[in-house]
Amino acid sequence: MSQRFVNWFKFASPASFYPLAGKAWPWFAALAAAFCAAGLWLSFFVAPTDFQQGEGYRIIFIHVPASWMSMFIYCVMAFWAAIGITFNTRLSGMMSSALAPTGALFAFISLWTGALWGKPMWGAWWVWDARLTSELILFFLYVGYIALTAAIDDPRRADKAGAIVALVGVVNVPIIYFSVKWWNTLHQGASVSLTKAPSMATTMLWGMLIMALAFWMYSIAVALYRVRAIILERERHTTWVAELPEMQQ
Amino acid sequence: MSAFIAIVRRDLLLAARRKSEVFTALFFFMIVVSLFPLGIGPETALLRRIAPGVLWVAALLAAMLSLNRLFAADHQDGTLEQMALSPTPLALLVSGKVLAHWLTAGLPLVLLAPVLGLQFDLSARALGVLMLSLLLGTPLLSLIGAIGAALTLGLRGGGVLLSLLVLPLYIPALIFGAGAVEADMAGLGAGGHLSLLGALLALGVFFAPWAATAALRIALE
Amino acid sequence: MLRVHGLACDRGDRRLFSDVDFSVATGEWLQIEGANGAGKTSLLRILAGLAPAAGGQIEWDNQPVSKVRDEFHARLLYLGHAATIKDDLSALENLQTAAAVAGSPLEESVALLALRRIGLKGREDLPSRVLSQGQKRRVALARLLCSQARLWILDEPFVALDVAAVDLLCGILDEHLARGGMLLFTSHQAVHLAGTGSSLRLGK
Repeated sequence: MSQRFVNWFKFASPASFYPLAGKAWPWFAALAAAFCAAGLWLSFFVAPTDFQQGEGYRIIFIHVPASWMSMFIYCVMAFWAAIGITFNTRLSGMMSSALAPTGALFAFISLWTGALWGKPMWGAWWVWDARLTSELILFFLYVGYIALTAAIDDPRRADKAGAIVALVGVVNVPIIYFSVKWWNTLHQGASVSLTKAPSMATTMLWGMLIMALAFWMYSIAVALYRVRAIILERERHTTWVAELPEMQQ
Repeated sequence: MSAFIAIVRRDLLLAARRKSEVFTALFFFMIVVSLFPLGIGPETALLRRIAPGVLWVAALLAAMLSLNRLFAADHQDGTLEQMALSPTPLALLVSGKVLAHWLTAGLPLVLLAPVLGLQFDLSARALGVLMLSLLLGTPLLSLIGAIGAALTLGLRGGGVLLSLLVLPLYIPALIFGAGAVEADMAGLGAGGHLSLLGALLALGVFFAPWAATAALRIALE
Repeated sequence: MLRVHGLACDRGDRRLFSDVDFSVATGEWLQIEGANGAGKTSLLRILAGLAPAAGGQIEWDNQPVSKVRDEFHARLLYLGHAATIKDDLSALENLQTAAAVAGSPLEESVALLALRRIGLKGREDLPSRVLSQGQKRRVALARLLCSQARLWILDEPFVALDVAAVDLLCGILDEHLARGGMLLFTSHQAVHLAGTGSSLRLGK
């Protein structure tokens, strides 16, 4: 047990995580491409046309997994933040800041596709639906995190401050979600919801799940790639970075 | 505890000797609220409908005006270091500062709000609920704001950054606060909203000073 | 007894100092010298527990300071080079607030006595805004007169003081040392204090 414990912490050092991430990210990228191809094929050619919403509904194959990922990535960031605060590991902060742009990207994609879906369905680009509103606020939280960490010059301080933002944010996300939902019911907002599309066919569900997997793999690949860049930038004065083969040229 | 009282007393004294800061925020509140009828039109029914939201948003912005000075002066003149070295836990001293901030930036808004509510033709009952919701909500604004102020301490562009961080977190307070008044005006009763606001306040009192303290320690390093 | 072993400090990517060793026993003082940017203030802040060290140990009464943090802080008086004076408060209010925050509230009469001894007679109730730089410094130093702390860590205590005030401060420091107190301070000037003392030079 203790042996395993030690091993985990070995990879918490940037010097040993860097080559590991370097080996891992192409695999995740390849998986992402494969799942994406399968998912898109399922959603565009296999899934039946919805009798109520026509072809336009197919955007949920992007929209729903993107929303899931944007929320999930925020939780992962908060997880790394908690690890970073408890164990004071350098890598956790780097992971958080590597994940943030991807999370923000998914939140943005979710908003954008939501608007594209909303125009034909609701007749308006934007409807103050509870989910869309929460997603917008989540996007603001991502932007706040990125802006704060970018404004602090000292990377260690930026990591710690970012960790607090992520933790405060993750405590607030459910509160915000329920308050927005409450607000929405009080004001009799839009009642059509994207995921509650009537009679979801099994193929549709499969399409969404496979697309979600593709987004997962993409997120992991991009985060690993980005964390490698962050490690190089922060550790550029150390000997192990100077000894890397890619630094020799 | 004497250190807590000393901090509250000192911040109140400082505010009393610099009244202009308190009054600036109050006038800001008044002006923002008065701009809405000018932008929308004087139709009484419409104004009555938007009043809770307008008053709450304006109060939220006014309470935020003084936030970036919450810790800045103490940080600059070294008082914050002395607070961190105090045998009294820093979180308690931070709570003292938040309390003083609420007394000078939040409470005046609560007291002024009913007067501004009259401009929107709110009933006496709605004004009462508005005051009550602000009474529960403005301390929450100070508490959450303290986290943002601590995180952006000493950063360039800290003021804008502070609003970027804090405003999304203010949304639940806004929804329940303005919702309470609307629910009451619609005859639904404000109890649910107010008790949720109270629950959030309890959570905030418990966690916010702790988070703000953690952020201050980072800024001090 | 404060003992420091192998202390190191980083500022950004740069190592400010490393392998700093010293100890200060009761009745002893240590002057920390060094060029601008050598890390004097950083050293004092690390010792006070305001900033983390990049390496090394700090021991208080033969125990790692991280284990006895509360006890250590209760015995410590740290004055940074910022004056910690609020312009809108009077000298008396400044002193009383600072003492209360430090956990030892002062009676008004005691505080007034300290202010008079430090040479601010007649200026106790003026807003600090109208005091000169040196007088503000004196308000901050008045805390020394009321302090029961065993270890004093003072960052540039002699800055902005006139000759009379320097003599006065030296007297206060001597008293503290004679009571068995410990003293660490930074200064660019040669200081003559009673008791055993040494100096530490940071950087080359």
